[in-house]
Amino acid sequence: MLNRRRFLKSVGAGAALAAAPAGAWDIRSEAGLGENMRIWDQHSHMGQVPGNTPEERMAFLVKCMDRDGVERLILSQGYSDDQHPNTPEQFRKENDRVMAAVKAFPDRAYGSVYLSPAQLDFSMHELNRCIRDGPMVMIGEIEADARCNVPDMDPIADWAAQNEVVIFQHEWLKTGGDEPNESSPFDVVELAKRHPKLQIVCAHTGGNWELGIRAIRAQKNVGCGIAGSDPTSGFVEMAVRELGAERVFYGSDVGGRSFASQIAKVEGANISDADKKLILGGNLRRLLTPVLKRKGYKI
Amino acid sequence: MTVIDTNVYLSRWPFRRLEGDEPANLIAKLHKRNVVQAWAGSFDGLLHRDIAGVNIRLAEACRTHGQGMLIPFGSINPKLPDWQEDVRRCDEVHNMPGIRLHPNYHGYKIDDPAFAEVLKLATERKMIVQMALVMEDDRTQHPLMRVEPVDISPLADVVKNTPGLRLQILNGTSHTSREHVKAAFEAGNVYTEIAMVERVGGVGRFVHNFPPQRVLFGSYYPFFYFESALLKVQESGLDEAAQKALCEDNARKLLG
Repeated sequence: MLNRRRFLKSVGAGAALAAAPAGAWDIRSEAGLGENMRIWDQHSHMGQVPGNTPEERMAFLVKCMDRDGVERLILSQGYSDDQHPNTPEQFRKENDRVMAAVKAFPDRAYGSVYLSPAQLDFSMHELNRCIRDGPMVMIGEIEADARCNVPDMDPIADWAAQNEVVIFQHEWLKTGGDEPNESSPFDVVELAKRHPKLQIVCAHTGGNWELGIRAIRAQKNVGCGIAGSDPTSGFVEMAVRELGAERVFYGSDVGGRSFASQIAKVEGANISDADKKLILGGNLRRLLTPVLKRKGYKI
Repeated sequence: MTVIDTNVYLSRWPFRRLEGDEPANLIAKLHKRNVVQAWAGSFDGLLHRDIAGVNIRLAEACRTHGQGMLIPFGSINPKLPDWQEDVRRCDEVHNMPGIRLHPNYHGYKIDDPAFAEVLKLATERKMIVQMALVMEDDRTQHPLMRVEPVDISPLADVVKNTPGLRLQILNGTSHTSREHVKAAFEAGNVYTEIAMVERVGGVGRFVHNFPPQRVLFGSYYPFFYFESALLKVQESGLDEAAQKALCEDNARKLLG
């Protein structure tokens, strides 16, 4: 099977190169994404992934990661049919599924804890179980029956800031209105203002990214995740222009999305090679460095 | 490997400038990604009412740019007076091999008799019909311009009643009913493409669910980053022969 580099080589010529043998041209080199490019995906789940167990689903993800050149992903939320679990048992079960998948592929994934401000006592316990005493390295994607600006989010944000752990927050700004209790980028900004030492990343930056980018622009401790929306041209260019590449994070939102369509937002963007490297992995590794070092994990 | 892209657009998206919305930029990108042929419609065809003018500009742009790479598919709006003349001009004046329909932007459902009439007229002229189901995720549309996806539940019946029809569905999404697409495929010569096919390994799973010879490459460039479709093919896990069929051979056969 061709890997991503070889595949893109084979379709990467142009009119001038049409007669050249396949492989004569390499998109990876042109884009500055050569052999040492390290794509880390900050937004992945096992929902809609084939397989009966966490290990089987993760194995499928790894196959696809290999085809796309993704080195590592941050896995969260398990694969419940219920998009908004509301009992501690369900949250715990999904976190256990993530830990099982990560354990099976420790060089390809890190886990991120699923919790909810609507279950504060349980969530504080789960932070300790999964991050302080367990293998996980991040908080979220928080997608819960409460918006992220509620007061019960404050103890979680305090914990995250004190322990230098990143929060990864679901939010949208849908035309026609968000779901009840669904967070928006404005809610993320509100929380980030109350916790200036917190690092928090928007999962979708509104989906309506022309609005989402503006909403978070002034709040420097809020990151712009690009995952989970159509690969509409211009998203990453505007994010880099308005926020700086250091605040922009590649993620896919697999299994509902592909790695490919979301990587394309960066690879297809008219930005510098250095910025692409930051977005596709460098920024995430920078934010995760304290917790990874503490745990003795690879960076 | 070379690519025939069956889903590109020229001119301006009404709500945003796009990196490839100048023909020279679009051609440069397609060349760079080894596209040897691109079937092009016009964004102007969504909202402009002088469709004849839209099609003249499309034909001219395809003649002027890309040294034959761009194949024009004219817009037809069967809710405009004398739309049949637009079909005639697409065929006889501009020598277009097909037309592109946007039922949801032109205000009709596909069980409307006008839709059946367009298909019949195009088929009589041996033209391919492309029909776009969606132009933008409805969660991100401009609030003053909200457009529902095309409902394809009646499509199989319309296809059955149009012998000889060659129809390609553009921009089918993960939300498009698989059951209705399957029924349409079984009813006649219906094809689709991959621009909006999603999920992890999604293109491979999609091709396994439908007749593989009916699935064509489409990028929806420049609205989408071109690399999305390309990398989805790579993520699919399809073998090289299946990739070649999807990226080029199936389109070549359809065009004839």
